[in-house]
Amino acid sequence: MIRFENVTKRYNGTAVIDDVSMVVESGAFVTLVGPSGAGKSTLLRMTNALVRCDGGRILFDDDDVAKVDPVALRRRFGYVIQSTGLFPHWTVARNVATVPKLLGWPRPRIAARVDELLAMVDLPPAEYRDRYPAELSGGQQQRVGVARALAADPHALLMDEPFGALDAVTRAALQDQVARIHKATGKTILLVTHDVDEAVKLGTRIAVMDGGRLVQYAPPAEVLAAPATPFVAALFGGDMASIRLLDVTRVADRAVAAEGLVPASAIAAEATLEAALARMLAEHVEALAVTGDGPPRVIRLADIVRGGR
Amino acid sequence: MTALALAPGMSRMARAGIRVILLLAALIALVLLMPATEPFFHWLFPGLQQPVYSRASFLTLTLSHLGLVALSGAIVIAAGMAVAIAVTRPSGAAFAGIVDTITAVGQTFPPVAVLALAVPLLGFGAAPTIVALTAYGILPVIDSTVAGLRSVPPPAIDAARGMGFTRGERLLLVELPLAAPIILAGIRTTLAINIGTATIGSTVGALTLGSPIIEGLSGSNTAYVIQGAIVVALLAVTVDQAFAWLDLVLRRHRG
Repeated sequence: MIRFENVTKRYNGTAVIDDVSMVVESGAFVTLVGPSGAGKSTLLRMTNALVRCDGGRILFDDDDVAKVDPVALRRRFGYVIQSTGLFPHWTVARNVATVPKLLGWPRPRIAARVDELLAMVDLPPAEYRDRYPAELSGGQQQRVGVARALAADPHALLMDEPFGALDAVTRAALQDQVARIHKATGKTILLVTHDVDEAVKLGTRIAVMDGGRLVQYAPPAEVLAAPATPFVAALFGGDMASIRLLDVTRVADRAVAAEGLVPASAIAAEATLEAALARMLAEHVEALAVTGDGPPRVIRLADIVRGGR
Repeated sequence: MTALALAPGMSRMARAGIRVILLLAALIALVLLMPATEPFFHWLFPGLQQPVYSRASFLTLTLSHLGLVALSGAIVIAAGMAVAIAVTRPSGAAFAGIVDTITAVGQTFPPVAVLALAVPLLGFGAAPTIVALTAYGILPVIDSTVAGLRSVPPPAIDAARGMGFTRGERLLLVELPLAAPIILAGIRTTLAINIGTATIGSTVGALTLGSPIIEGLSGSNTAYVIQGAIVVALLAVTVDQAFAWLDLVLRRHRG
């Protein structure tokens, strides 16, 4: 758990982080989103003491980050940055082994861990272990960056615009991968992005920042359905927020008990409303049967349109 | 596929390696077989009584010459890198300007003048020569080490900090290895200059390859001058090419 208590940071008298308080529960995936200069990267870097607090405090698993040894503290986090920060003079395996080596793990344990992680990020170890970063594509480099961050099984991952430099296709693939890793490992993740769609897609909660202030901290559906300020509404696209909302709402949340004829086409209860709407548009129908446990249910166009009311 | 892609780099490295071996073989042959060149120099300069320098063997001269360059080189590398590392740390940044000035003065001061000033203090022989070579050679090492450390990609440093490297680990595992090719270029320059400059040590009694050159100049024996100069030149080229090879080795994985 990471607890931010009235955290403040000033540069030359100007507050770049202004009285931020929030609690990141263990296992949460929090996306920090906001325009450039909103303070989201600074807040992330304060979490592992790369930047010091001027006021307030940050507790990581009940340790005040200002009061513990910064080197030991940073080794308890995984750290991923936009430009990967891979060490160009080291092989992929040596890069992934960075923190375990600093921690003095025995060699066989490191080798096994490196292979396990490379497999987890879809880089077959036999093929990639001995390559150098310069021989990899941007997407592959960032996969290595993610594997390196996970190497010593950290309590939490800090990711500073990890996919910002990648093309759209590669970015989507890596987002899916990180989402899978989050599901599989249950690690707490703090991810900075200026991509609103990424924040919605990945976050279990979104922290919206503007001018150093935390303006809303809520699950994606709530940020989209009930933006706290006009700024948040505008950031999430005004009326377009309704479309984004379809992506974070499950069919099961809107399905109703089936009466009479059950439609021929069916969709899974855990699919998103966006997928359901896409299917309706593609098949020119206004209702779909919902597959899943329990009594038969359907979802109709009207159920999507009426929203959460 | 991988082997094929690496082949051009490998062959460049291999060619550089072979060049060093050939130069080294030529150098050793020249040094050991110098007495055998007497008929050639006799033919070239028929007026000379003794056409090949023989007061000391060329092997002795070369080893003594290399010893002076190696000792001053070790001092220059250790001191130069230490100073450069110090002024690139946040706590030492204030001294960067002063160090720049002092080393620049050291470089503009002619080595002969350093020799002349050092002799009254240190006496004749190797000691003043080493002082002169050190004063003259430290600037390229400091400059290149500073430039090398400043060339390290900021993301690599940020990643190292963020992952919990101590300052020492960051310097030894990340900064110095990444700066190595540039640092090496400075060391290469210094050694090439000092191999040539060490010859003037013979004016204050140090045993160097400058001994035949200086004796040849004062005694109008051009053959001695040529013999000393050729060995010095070959030595400088060999060392320079050895560093060219080392540079390729260090850079082989960089994109």
